[in-house]
Amino acid sequence: MSSENEIILDIKGLKIDGFTGEQWLPIVKGVNLQLNKGEVLGLIGESGAGKSTIGAASMGFSRDGTRVSGGTINFMGTELTTASESQKRKLWGAKIAYVAQSAAASFNPAHKIIDQHTEAPTHHNLFSKSDSESDAVDLYNRLKLPDPDQIGFRYPHQVSGGQLQRAMTAMAMSCRPDLIIFDEPTTALDVTTQIEVLASIRDIVDQFGTAAIYITHDLAVVAQMADKIKVLLKGEEVEEAPTERMMKSPKEEYTKSLWAVRSHQRKQKTRPENSDAFLSINSIDASYSNGPKVLDAVSFDIYKGTTVAVVGESGSGKSTAARCITGLLPPSTGKILLDGKELPSNFRDRSKDQLRQTQMIYQMADTALNPKVKVKEIIGRPAEFYEGFIGKDLDNRVDELLELIEMDPGEYRDRLPPELSGGQKQRIGIARALAANPSFIICDEITSALDQLVAEGILKLLDRLQNELDLTYMFITHDLATVRAIADEVVVMQNGKVVEQGPKTEMFTPPHHPYTDLLLSSIVEMDPNWLTTVIEKREGTSS
Amino acid sequence: MDGLAFLIIKRLFYGLLTLLALSVIIFFMVELLPGDTATSLLAMGKTEETLAAMREQMGLDRPAVVRYFEWLGGVVQGDFGNSMVRGVHTSKGVSDMANVSVISIISERFMNTLFLATYAAVIAVPIAITLGVLIALLRNSVYDRIANVLTLTSISSPEFFLAYILILYLALKTGLFPAISTIKDDMTFFESLERTFLPALTLVLVCIAHMMRMTRAAIINLLASPYIEMAQMKGIPPWKVIVRHALPNAWAPIINVVALNLAYLITGVVLVEIVFVYPGIGQILVDAVTLRDFPVVQACCLIFATTFILLNLIADVVAIVTNPRLRHPK
Repeated sequence: MSSENEIILDIKGLKIDGFTGEQWLPIVKGVNLQLNKGEVLGLIGESGAGKSTIGAASMGFSRDGTRVSGGTINFMGTELTTASESQKRKLWGAKIAYVAQSAAASFNPAHKIIDQHTEAPTHHNLFSKSDSESDAVDLYNRLKLPDPDQIGFRYPHQVSGGQLQRAMTAMAMSCRPDLIIFDEPTTALDVTTQIEVLASIRDIVDQFGTAAIYITHDLAVVAQMADKIKVLLKGEEVEEAPTERMMKSPKEEYTKSLWAVRSHQRKQKTRPENSDAFLSINSIDASYSNGPKVLDAVSFDIYKGTTVAVVGESGSGKSTAARCITGLLPPSTGKILLDGKELPSNFRDRSKDQLRQTQMIYQMADTALNPKVKVKEIIGRPAEFYEGFIGKDLDNRVDELLELIEMDPGEYRDRLPPELSGGQKQRIGIARALAANPSFIICDEITSALDQLVAEGILKLLDRLQNELDLTYMFITHDLATVRAIADEVVVMQNGKVVEQGPKTEMFTPPHHPYTDLLLSSIVEMDPNWLTTVIEKREGTSS
Repeated sequence: MDGLAFLIIKRLFYGLLTLLALSVIIFFMVELLPGDTATSLLAMGKTEETLAAMREQMGLDRPAVVRYFEWLGGVVQGDFGNSMVRGVHTSKGVSDMANVSVISIISERFMNTLFLATYAAVIAVPIAITLGVLIALLRNSVYDRIANVLTLTSISSPEFFLAYILILYLALKTGLFPAISTIKDDMTFFESLERTFLPALTLVLVCIAHMMRMTRAAIINLLASPYIEMAQMKGIPPWKVIVRHALPNAWAPIINVVALNLAYLITGVVLVEIVFVYPGIGQILVDAVTLRDFPVVQACCLIFATTFILLNLIADVVAIVTNPRLRHPK
């Protein structure tokens, strides 16, 4: 029997319950999973599919509030569901390693990176500290980390997110495990960083012949990384197939719908001719409490009834621009004109009507809604404050707004935010903005925390509302797929400057500004060979 | 490292500023008390004339602001002025009052207080932190609940009550330790330790609970962090996860509570001193207030304020130094 077909992980009928605060409810409902030596399995699904729970369970790890209620997990001859904690601890780190979503949060801020790297090998008595340290440097080299000799001797906060994610992959490799669980390792990274991390993870897993479970919600990413893909929905397996076949001809309806998500694209509206800009930003500079400039001579115009997408990576200044427009952060120089009239730079100096006109929808609907306030009050307050609705009129207005965002007033009026799903919360955020009867809405990454299917629903809703209510949107995002779906015009920002702007069709056709080019070429595509091609191309041009 | 030194210097500066503000408050609060030393000294036999003469002699007739700066000037040079009362009892006339300086009254007593506080702290702090770590490790177990009940009991009982209970069982019934803790200069160090064991134990019991609960809470607070899960997934046993991964990040809140408790050990122990007849600074303060011996009151208050500020300052600095983000800037 060849070693390639040696099964190292065999999960049968795995059932996991989660504690909701009142009762145990099933999260994973009977999943089978087999992994051969050196094989990479992609686990894909939306939030609540149980993929992360399965990931932790495949190393026998139960997070607080979860328990395995059925099935078997056999890892290289050890039955993990019945193994004692100390038996499992012998495997963890040594035979099975874990790479978490946020490397910044998963490295201990109190210790140097390399000390955390050598912890598992020395604890399991596999390497001496000095051997493990020199091995770390070797791994950092292979993962193409800058300054591999020294980088380990820094503290986590002194290293960027993408580099930390690679250092964490190195740490997972420190004992040369047989299996690594990658739990959404690139989700928190910018697109241009993601591509480097993906490439280095793939290379190192390949070099050491390590088996891996790669968990993600992003199809295109999993297509680059996995030998075979398993699709999960609400704790159950939908289907499993080798990557090529899964990408080309998915069998199940649900898988097809996932594949189709990125197809939403609406017709681009053209800039109305001979009309003045509705919102005009004239060379504004801004900084936080006398710090360095976060915005540097930023100018762009937004026309009535259109959607302008502001794109850029974290730290590019796109959210700061939004704070300047809303008056939360008065710019140090420059002007903002709304409908031809200059807006006072501080929101405190703006009139009620000026405040009413610009509304905002936030990225994290979870934190943007007060969990102790009912939906009707969340929506009702701005309607009362700006529009003066009271009593019966206010109730009617709330119902009208709920209908506008396609939620049944009778059912949702009296609910509290924790009783809503992520997409519903974001809809309430939209209704709250609409309640002020605004003409201009800033959407700050409003779909980035949502699953793709849900996000698409939100984008369609915004589209409809724009047509019905003649709204103007400024859409802040780092996701170019979203831009492609809804924008009329695009503003590309980098390091606080606008590097390129214009109608969407122009932006997506060459020639581009080099940075736009980098952004566009970093969007992970569905083609399983995409990553290899891009990396080869980039290395070809740089050498 | 420049950033760190700058931060510490900034803290020191703020500490001094706070102290200055407190000196103003202390001085003028004392001024606001009804009556003055003169009225209290002359008691029944006072007339308008004798009062005025007395005030003039003691310098009490001058404006408060002038007296404040005089006082402050002296304090800066280590001179807290002279007691206005002590001399009266021992000498023949008012003129002798100036002979007894506040420093000489306070310093010995303050050293006694420091001795007792250090004694209690040396026992309490390590035990509290160790127990806190252990209880965090055994969280939600029977031991956790027992510790919870015991610490809550000791926090909620008044310290004099605890003191009497300890006297009853450890001194009167068993005779293990002396019930009266008067210490004298000719005692050896170990004799003093034995003498003051009961008051020290009382203080330990009162402040250990607070520190232990904070250690437990600070550690448990961190246990949901992704880096703790990461450490568990590396196969590190629970005690090592807590000691190596949670504790280093929990120092800031723990140190703050330790500092507050140390300050309490110095400034808040008057009841314990009285129960055990221990010659500490708390008794002096109470006597001085009764006698309206304002220079002593002011000096005690200022010493207490300095203790608080100094300990909090140390806590801040330790919190800064244990934070790698501040110790190793980008």
